[in-house]
Amino acid sequence: MTASHYRPRKGLGHWGQVLGTHAALLIYTAFALFPVLLVVLNSFKSRRAIFRSPYALPNRETWDLIGYQKVLDGANFGLYFRNSLIVTVGALLIILLVSSMASHALAAYNFRGNTLMGLYLAIGIMIPIRLGTVSILRLTVALNLVDTLWALILVYVAQGIPLAVFILTQFMRQVPGDLKDAARIDGASEYRIYTLVLPLVRPALGTVAVFNMIPIWNDLWFPLVLASSEKSKTVILGAQVFLGQYVNDWNAVLASLTLAMIPIIALYIIFSRQLIRGLTSGAVK
Amino acid sequence: MKSRMVFLLLVILVGSPVLAQQLTIESWRNDDLGIWRDIIIPAFNEQYPDIEVVFAPTAPAEYNAVLASKLQAGTAGDLITCRPFDNSLNLFLEGHLASLNDLPGMDNFSDVAKSAWITDDGSDVFCVPMASVIHGFLYNQDVFSELGIEEPATWEEFLALLEAVKADGTYAPLVMGTNDQWEAATMGFQNIGPNYWEGEEGRLGLIDGSVGYDDAGFVAAFEALAEWQPYLTDGYQAVAYPDAQNLFTLGLGAIYPAGSWDIGTFNPQVDFEMGAFRPPPPAGQDTCYISDHTDIALGVNTASSNQEAARTFLEWMTTAEFAELYTNQLPGFFTLSNHPINVEDPVAQEFISWRGECETTIRSSYQILSRNAEVNNENDLWNASAQVLNGTLTPQEAADFVQSRLATWYAPQQ
Amino acid sequence: MNSKRRKPFPIHIVVFLAPAVLIYTLFMIYPLIDSLRLGLYQAGEGGTEVFAGFTNYRTLLTSNIWAPTLWNAVKNNFIFFAVHMLVQNPIGLFLAALLSSRVVRGTAVYRTLIFTPTVLSVVLIGFIWRLILSPLWGISKDFLSFFGLGQFNQPWLGLESSALIVLSFISVWQYVGIPMLLFLAALIGIPDELIEAARVDGATGWNVFWRIKFPLILPTVGIVAVLTFVGNFNAFDLIYTTQGALAGPNFSTDIMGTFFFRTFFGFQLQPGNPIMGATIAGVMFLIILTGVLLYLFGWQRRLQRLEF
Repeated sequence: MTASHYRPRKGLGHWGQVLGTHAALLIYTAFALFPVLLVVLNSFKSRRAIFRSPYALPNRETWDLIGYQKVLDGANFGLYFRNSLIVTVGALLIILLVSSMASHALAAYNFRGNTLMGLYLAIGIMIPIRLGTVSILRLTVALNLVDTLWALILVYVAQGIPLAVFILTQFMRQVPGDLKDAARIDGASEYRIYTLVLPLVRPALGTVAVFNMIPIWNDLWFPLVLASSEKSKTVILGAQVFLGQYVNDWNAVLASLTLAMIPIIALYIIFSRQLIRGLTSGAVK
Repeated sequence: MKSRMVFLLLVILVGSPVLAQQLTIESWRNDDLGIWRDIIIPAFNEQYPDIEVVFAPTAPAEYNAVLASKLQAGTAGDLITCRPFDNSLNLFLEGHLASLNDLPGMDNFSDVAKSAWITDDGSDVFCVPMASVIHGFLYNQDVFSELGIEEPATWEEFLALLEAVKADGTYAPLVMGTNDQWEAATMGFQNIGPNYWEGEEGRLGLIDGSVGYDDAGFVAAFEALAEWQPYLTDGYQAVAYPDAQNLFTLGLGAIYPAGSWDIGTFNPQVDFEMGAFRPPPPAGQDTCYISDHTDIALGVNTASSNQEAARTFLEWMTTAEFAELYTNQLPGFFTLSNHPINVEDPVAQEFISWRGECETTIRSSYQILSRNAEVNNENDLWNASAQVLNGTLTPQEAADFVQSRLATWYAPQQ
Repeated sequence: MNSKRRKPFPIHIVVFLAPAVLIYTLFMIYPLIDSLRLGLYQAGEGGTEVFAGFTNYRTLLTSNIWAPTLWNAVKNNFIFFAVHMLVQNPIGLFLAALLSSRVVRGTAVYRTLIFTPTVLSVVLIGFIWRLILSPLWGISKDFLSFFGLGQFNQPWLGLESSALIVLSFISVWQYVGIPMLLFLAALIGIPDELIEAARVDGATGWNVFWRIKFPLILPTVGIVAVLTFVGNFNAFDLIYTTQGALAGPNFSTDIMGTFFFRTFFGFQLQPGNPIMGATIAGVMFLIILTGVLLYLFGWQRRLQRLEF
């Protein structure tokens, strides 16, 4: 980006613009957050208060943690968090590693079948992987991975590769060729060059991480089919089973919704800086 | 940080050791998780301490899909909870469920009880019947006494009663929604319908083709259903099953068209006395009919490596001990065995007493008629019943729709 | 192969590509092909599968039983997509324009908060909105009453006329963050000199946006459109969580994803039909492929011509 920043004149029109922009953004932010806040707010209230006064803050009379109590008694959410975290982080690390390697090959070398390989790796964006469920299940049986978190990790890696390669290749193409040539003259191996390129595309790696993190953490289908036993349940599956069990018990429902939302929002906030850096430093425009 | 991650990954890799005698039960009854875990399985383990049993339910909506995938891949649990009729019959024909003809204790069940889990020619029975559910109406006794109304004996009294509640305006007369569709068919059409199509006579007539859904009895059932429309909860088109449950248990409604399984869910939530009455027949009709639906059973997965233990568990399920536990721990699920069981819950008692007063039948679409994939009789009934209540189909149109769809593939109806 | 005159294929390229290609082929391409293949077969005697060419596709497209359901799902899916294109993407662009205008501070906070619904599970989103729109809780009624519109409150999710549109809006609400971020990235990337030059020439903010900025982010508009298309034709979870697999009322919210799920896996008493399910998936794949090709050869080509 250039250093010269355009500074508008600070007249009356300017302040009107500032107020208007803030107002528009505030209204939309409220609209985006209202439903989420409503759930969190009411999860701390008694059942009757949820119905009688849904907008009121919980007070001494209506404050009630019965929902959270039921969640903690009824489901092993600590274990589910651990499982979700292992699956999400594990899958992300592998996606970043193998996709960056493949993207490096596609971006740095002009080999036969380069374009075809790029297309092949992109096809996966177009088909719902859910369609292949039965085959995937058979495969996990053959590999003896049934009901392990590895089964989930491998499926998510396969699912994440197409978009990751697509994005990373575009970023890696922008890494100047001189840099690689200079390293080669210094006697660096091709593998060494990959490790030199990697830090240069860190923002892109952050972008890929966020875009993959969301569907992996939130997936319900594959945990249901591949790893649904108590020891390998993920948070979303746990919450869903719990919701099914207490579906008309709104205390428990709102509490489990709240518990399932918080970790992913926290993870997102941690990664969001990388995300915007990645997005704004090139490729996707 | 990174090394901890690697460590965690290693922990998963190693996994947990597998016990030799562990049974996993696949089920859609996730509501019953606690009762299985805390009461039924411990009771079993008192006699068979070496067999560890895990109850692993899936949400009802996903149960069929998930079970089918797991069975195909060979990863399903040892014991399979059986839906009635064709769904389980297919599993048996595909070789996923074992024949239980020689299971000791199967003679504790009548032919009627076994009818939902037997081959068409009656040669193989493949699930141990667990329970049936009965349809009727639950009501809020406080509301009834406040408004000075009483249980209706006839359909006409029922409508008059709904009118009275509506005129008062404080409570929703009839608490049910159509958003999830199945209540309209199950708690509506199949609940009140047997009185109009004369129970088994109409149901078996559909199967052999002597009557159709567009004949008098079934059209009358749709017409009766349509009469509910003015009395349903505000905005009922978007009211889902849990919404209706909440409305009723919070005391905001008078009458709730129920399945007996609701009793167990409602008991801990209501702070009023619940009462129950059976679907009232039209005035002048002497015989009453109720839906006493064979709902749930348990079979053995042929791919299970613990056949012996699985059969031991099933054998235990044929005993009076299990029948007693199941019936009284899950009020509203009535054992299908011949063991005389004392039902403790007063509302459940009321439901089961109708067996002595009325002719019983099961839901019209469950046997044979919903065997087809894309044109499916049960799904059509959901759709048509919901539309009748929504006012987008007249009763006659609904009957014609269901009948014409059935006739597209079912030879006796062509 | 007749490639002796060329150098042997460099081993390091194989090493770089192998892990990704292996995992992807094994866990994605193979299962997908294995399933799509089913659509070309029919059940034969004794559980065997017989090759049937495009018979299943013909059945799906022409029979009285399948075709109306298919076209209903296709139509609904296009409506679902249209709402996203006409509402989600313009709102995303508008928010991105505000966030990139450099008029106000604290845009990072807005950006993060507005993106929040996007990171949440559709299971949770569906559940939350069903609670909010439920006549039982009455939030939507209160909300409308606040603006004096209480009498317009309807059980939207239960009416054939409105259920699909309302669900589309819920989806828009959730996913507006994605086009917003992509547009924002493109807008921030526009060199300041261009904008400054225009300002000096006396152009207003409105003019600068439409004459200078918008043409420059046209490639992103294309990417957003194609991502929306692919995402919408793969959509499933939201309808399934709120309306169930029968996509009520009266299939007015049935889209390709729910149609596929119901057919492939079965539902309630309806037995699953993997063969027709795979056929439906094949149609989904073709629709999505057509959209992507139109983008690649229509939109991108034209853009390239414009640039040179």
